[in-house]
Amino acid sequence: MRYLVLLKAASVPNTPPPPELMAAIIALGEDAKNAGVLLDTQGLQPSAAGSRVTLSRGTLTSADGPFTESKELISYALYDVRSREDAVEWTNRFMKLHRDLWPGWEGEADVLKVFGPEDFGSAAGGPGDTA
Amino acid sequence: MTGQAAVEAVWRIESGRLVATLARITRDLATAEDLAQDAFEVALRQWPRDGIPDNPGAWLTVTAKHLAVDRHRRAVTLDRKLAGIASEAASRPSEVDPMADVDADIDVPVQDDMLRLIFTACHPVLTPESQVALILRTLGGLQTREIARAFLVPEATIGQRISRAKKTLSDHQVRFELPDATELSARLTAVLGVVYLIFNEGYSASTGDEWTRPALCNDALRLGRVLAGLRPDEPEVHGLVALMELQASRIPARTTDAGEPVLLADQDRRRWDRLLIRRGLEALQRAEDLGGGVYTLQAAIAACHARARSVEDTDWGRIVALYTVLGHVAPSAVVSLNRAVAVGMAEGPGRGLELADRLADDPSLASYPQLPAVRGTFLERLGRADEARREFERAAGLTQNRSERRLYLARAASLHG
Repeated sequence: MRYLVLLKAASVPNTPPPPELMAAIIALGEDAKNAGVLLDTQGLQPSAAGSRVTLSRGTLTSADGPFTESKELISYALYDVRSREDAVEWTNRFMKLHRDLWPGWEGEADVLKVFGPEDFGSAAGGPGDTA
Repeated sequence: MTGQAAVEAVWRIESGRLVATLARITRDLATAEDLAQDAFEVALRQWPRDGIPDNPGAWLTVTAKHLAVDRHRRAVTLDRKLAGIASEAASRPSEVDPMADVDADIDVPVQDDMLRLIFTACHPVLTPESQVALILRTLGGLQTREIARAFLVPEATIGQRISRAKKTLSDHQVRFELPDATELSARLTAVLGVVYLIFNEGYSASTGDEWTRPALCNDALRLGRVLAGLRPDEPEVHGLVALMELQASRIPARTTDAGEPVLLADQDRRRWDRLLIRRGLEALQRAEDLGGGVYTLQAAIAACHARARSVEDTDWGRIVALYTVLGHVAPSAVVSLNRAVAVGMAEGPGRGLELADRLADDPSLASYPQLPAVRGTFLERLGRADEARREFERAAGLTQNRSERRLYLARAASLHG
């Protein structure tokens, strides 16, 4: 089953991310890739480089970033694992690197399940239902 | 609080490396697997209470080594006691402490050990069932009950397969080492065969009620990707990964929401998994760049389907050509039958039927449900409904899979009157 992990930063130190952290993140990514579980991962630019399209009361508006958020979305990772706990464990490892190598950094990661074949049994409903 | 599921998740990540490291030290996969399981039992008791340690891999390794030292001391004590009773015990060679060089070993790169683990777990002295159980348990880090559930057999059966496998390795004194150059290629083929066997049991469940078991396909895919990371220069490793990624991409379209099978021609291709197709095509490119092989050819055939928007849009001529090559490199009745299907699509059902009929007396296809199913499909397209119906009924009688039987019976029923 697939999980999408969205990493959000709540508080970022004024110092740039230490090279040790970047190296450790790359090593962990290699680990996960070689374990066959990491399908894709990318960092995201600050929202200043993006836009937001909103639909509200029938009206579409689009506004350029930055968005006023308390937490900035900074990366995503897509895992193929056997259980939710596996995705959480890989995410734990990722967060520990931040804790150990970039003191002061705070944030959260949402581990979200992607709809998969296992969700479309006779009993399961979902967006793929056509009947 | 940490639950058992979280401990098992850590285990799935650490098991392969842990068993491989322990096997390097003990030079024996069976002992290493026992020690690893014992360490896992300790983790199952302690982690839910104390939390998962910061470096769970190191924790498990150290715990397993302590258990090994304990066990070794007990064995030595036992040996001494036995020596007093049985005189022949005195003639035994004195044992070397297997844990003596633990610390020297701790930082050795683990890549080669992982390969040794894979080759040993897939050693030719073991039966295919044992190879499958052992590789899923050690490298895949699956629990016995998870393997049993995946293969629809009782947990005790898998437990027996694993203990029998370990005993067989000991009886044959199989050493924890890489095959030498002369047998490397054959042994690698065997490893790939084990992984593909696992994938196929998930993709076309040979028994039971379901048509596919996607979790088992994913287990095989992950094993394949691990192999690709360990042997990036082997074309067929990438060929197998490509084949599995491309076949797995169709899983969402292979069953209806009610769980009934949908054949390739009837699949809603918008439900194919684009990410797996992209990964499969990338792996195929790597495999072809490196020289390819039997799996690469099959992946190239799967890629023809993956690239096509519909059955009509499919490059059946290329598929025929690829099956022709495959038939030369790895001749088999199943390949000939698949080639007949492709010829039927490229040149018309009469020509396909002619080729399928030539296989009618092949003993290896005597109980193969796809042979009558293929004949039935061609006969139906030729307007020979009565004969087609009988073929689908034969196919239904031959398959061991209940979903597949319902599919063939439905096709037979649709040909009445």
